[in-house]
Amino acid sequence: MTAYIARRVFAVLPVMAVVALFVFFLLRFAPGDPAAIIAGDDATSEAIAAVRAKLGLDRPMAEQFGLWLWGLLHGDMGVSIFSNLPVTRLIAQRLEPTAALTLATLFVSVAMAVPIGVVAAWKARKLVDRLVMGFAVLGFAVPGFVLAYVLIYFFAVQWQMLPVQGYRPVGEGLWPFVEGLILPSVALGITYMALIARITRASMLEVLQQDYIRTANAKGLATDRVLLLHALKNAAVPIVTVIGIGIALLISGVVITETVFNIPGLGRLTVDAVLKRDYPIVQGLILVFAAAKVFLNLLIDISYAFLDPRIRY
Amino acid sequence: MNASGSALLEVRDLCTQFSTLDGVVRAVDGVSFDVARGETLGIVGESGCGKSVTALSILRLIPPETGRIASGSIHFEGKDLATLAEPEMKRLRGHRISMIFQEPMTSLNPVLTVGTQIAENVVRHLDVSWKAARERAREMLDLVRISDGQRRLDEYPHQLSGGMRQRVMIAMALSCDPQVLIADEPTTALDVTIQAQILDLMLELKERTGTAIVLITHDLGVVAETAERVVVMYAGRKVEEAPVDALFARPLHPYTRGLMAAIPRLDVDAESGGRRPRLQEIPGLVPRLTQPIVGCAFASRCSLATDRCRVSAPPVVDAGGGHTVACWEARP
Amino acid sequence: MVAVTDDLPLPARRFSLGTAIRRNPTIAIGTVLLLILVAIAIVGPYFVGNPLKIAPVNRLRPPSERWWFGTDQFGRDVFARTIWGSQVSLIVGLSVAAISSTLGLAIGLACGYFRRIDGLVMRIMDGVMAIPSILLAIALITLTRPGLGIVIVAIVIPEVPRIVRVVRAVVLSIRSQPYIESAIAGGTRNTKLLLRHVLPNTLAPLIVQSTYVCASAMLIEAGLSFLGAGVPPEIPSWGNIIAQGRTFFQIAPWTILIPGAFLATTVLAVNLLGDGLRDRLDPRLARRL
Repeated sequence: MTAYIARRVFAVLPVMAVVALFVFFLLRFAPGDPAAIIAGDDATSEAIAAVRAKLGLDRPMAEQFGLWLWGLLHGDMGVSIFSNLPVTRLIAQRLEPTAALTLATLFVSVAMAVPIGVVAAWKARKLVDRLVMGFAVLGFAVPGFVLAYVLIYFFAVQWQMLPVQGYRPVGEGLWPFVEGLILPSVALGITYMALIARITRASMLEVLQQDYIRTANAKGLATDRVLLLHALKNAAVPIVTVIGIGIALLISGVVITETVFNIPGLGRLTVDAVLKRDYPIVQGLILVFAAAKVFLNLLIDISYAFLDPRIRY
Repeated sequence: MNASGSALLEVRDLCTQFSTLDGVVRAVDGVSFDVARGETLGIVGESGCGKSVTALSILRLIPPETGRIASGSIHFEGKDLATLAEPEMKRLRGHRISMIFQEPMTSLNPVLTVGTQIAENVVRHLDVSWKAARERAREMLDLVRISDGQRRLDEYPHQLSGGMRQRVMIAMALSCDPQVLIADEPTTALDVTIQAQILDLMLELKERTGTAIVLITHDLGVVAETAERVVVMYAGRKVEEAPVDALFARPLHPYTRGLMAAIPRLDVDAESGGRRPRLQEIPGLVPRLTQPIVGCAFASRCSLATDRCRVSAPPVVDAGGGHTVACWEARP
Repeated sequence: MVAVTDDLPLPARRFSLGTAIRRNPTIAIGTVLLLILVAIAIVGPYFVGNPLKIAPVNRLRPPSERWWFGTDQFGRDVFARTIWGSQVSLIVGLSVAAISSTLGLAIGLACGYFRRIDGLVMRIMDGVMAIPSILLAIALITLTRPGLGIVIVAIVIPEVPRIVRVVRAVVLSIRSQPYIESAIAGGTRNTKLLLRHVLPNTLAPLIVQSTYVCASAMLIEAGLSFLGAGVPPEIPSWGNIIAQGRTFFQIAPWTILIPGAFLATTVLAVNLLGDGLRDRLDPRLARRL
């Protein structure tokens, strides 16, 4: 078990190294002159040179790389071109809403989608199953931000049940905090839920064909025990794998969802940085989001060992 | 047929059908037999003859999406299992009637410990605590001669050999002292040496617990060693039934004789001057079960078949001593 | 004891998202829907008004006989804009699918076949896949001048690794087949092996995967445009129409809901086609259903 976990943790390093190299070289090898583009169309040559100096692009490549890597390993991701504030601090300030929204969506989606998928597999080809699959196919096609506006239109504008937009920190009370997260979570989570419900159903259907399920039934076990213990535990590895794959969807979606709902998180920071072409912030955000994704996937890899005893040895 | 009325399990005119893309398959087509208290009944036949479906029908484990018991009855302890409500059926499975399967490698749940899989059966049916059930599981492991049972309880199936897994299956099946144990090809997937051990174990446990065994196999050798009575099935129908000695001494149905001629024998070497006789095969193919079979199901492959065999199904003839056969040409 | 399976069944499982209701009828539904949308994209612009014509007098008109889909805050005809927008979505979807399939096929074949480069290339692919695709596209767009071409490139890069993984998995499984091993032993040349035996087997999963890439590309393009990081705002893409409708959404919801419905329908059609093709082309799944 320890060896397995150690191998998984170790496998994270090359992935993060590639991510870091990618953002480093993207700036250096981008077509045209990034400094000119960042400085803007009507910038003077002095202004462009200033941007170039700020990004360190005027130094030799090896030196740039050394400085950049040294800083990164010390948690220094450079400074914003416009505000001159350290990127690390800007990101830390905006972390809470994004973490709250993403994690809430993650847990709620999994908690809803897995039971839905189990029921669909259990009642395969019956009405419930068809409804679930119909929902899954639609959930896959409707873009989160379009759904977001539909939700806002009905729940916030027409029926005035929930706030139109905005974010209230948990410090201001639990209900305002939760209330503000409901619509964004649904909009963000719909595709993710569809994905998990589909894989849960498919994986359960496959497991329910297995000999050991027949054995469990031959023991006269109650249906819920057969489904939730004997079948679901065996179906878990592909389900958990897709939960991991889908985290990328959540992270991409959070950028858009925060824009729709005016939530002051990392997504909004990203959009503002793009509009101002503030590359150091974009670069820092990529590193943070990729690290979050890699870390969550690492947790998922480790969970395999608990789900399937054959992986531990 | 032992229509004594005192039988433990009475199967009468059982018909089980499956809907497939090619039409309705009559996997079991009017089969009747009895199982007496504590006896071992062998059901033999080629693969696809309906013997496993018969077993699954008794426990009503036919997948409901495709198959169903179309007619017939299965009487057990005063109930008809063919029509019993599902909740009652659930209380019966693993408790009064239990079953073990051909593939010990895949019949145990890979992600649950051996102890859990045995104990859950006990908890389900005997109203005891998990602690007591685990204790019972350990006893059962001792009973099926798995050493170091306490440690084995916490192991997973992949840590056990095939023979050990089948022992676990037996321990699980017998953990609630069932009246009937249905064993569907329990040794087919195992090495020959292990096969003998498992069969011996089953017989020994039967003596000790008084559980009746329905042993389903394609292997006449296994039947000869273990069963007291034998039902021979062909194309979903019962063609012959007899006490084991009578069947081997005087097989009446041409199909049964064909099966026996296909068994390699060691004892005829001397008579034939050291040359073994060539093994006989039964020519032809099993008829398709998607169309109703007119006449005797075996007629197309039978060297004795007459026109009568091809148009009307043979009646069951009593040859005395509990030996019955369904054949026009058999001479009792 | 069972040997440790280090390689979890990830590539194989990607194909197991299968379900019952999507059998072959879905290919027909998806194809018909798509053909309608393609027809709209090709001939539609000849029949609708100018999507860019500003008419402040007619601003924020609800859908009516004159303006089927209403007008936006500049009085532009949402119907005309939506029809023109279908061109952008289809161009982006199809070109991203075509380019990333070609690149992914080449890299995947090379990785599966020439084992020396495999380790390094796959590490790079893992790294690229760790970056959420919208962010990767955003980073690229931050550094360049806006335009349809750069949007396509920015979406292609994160999609390539997905294709590579699928192709590579197929190549590896074919390589271990006895007939390929004997062909290698018999001295068949690499290029001939790749063209005759390996390539044809990769086509089915490649086609299926590229339909999903097409759908995903259209969603990402819309998302990027919505954020203001996609095609230039003067081009009427569905994402841009939605983005520009945000401010007046509460009084003119049609500016968002109608292009949104078109986008969802297009993505649905492509997904249905992909699901249908997968069930048809992937025998493992066909057998299960």
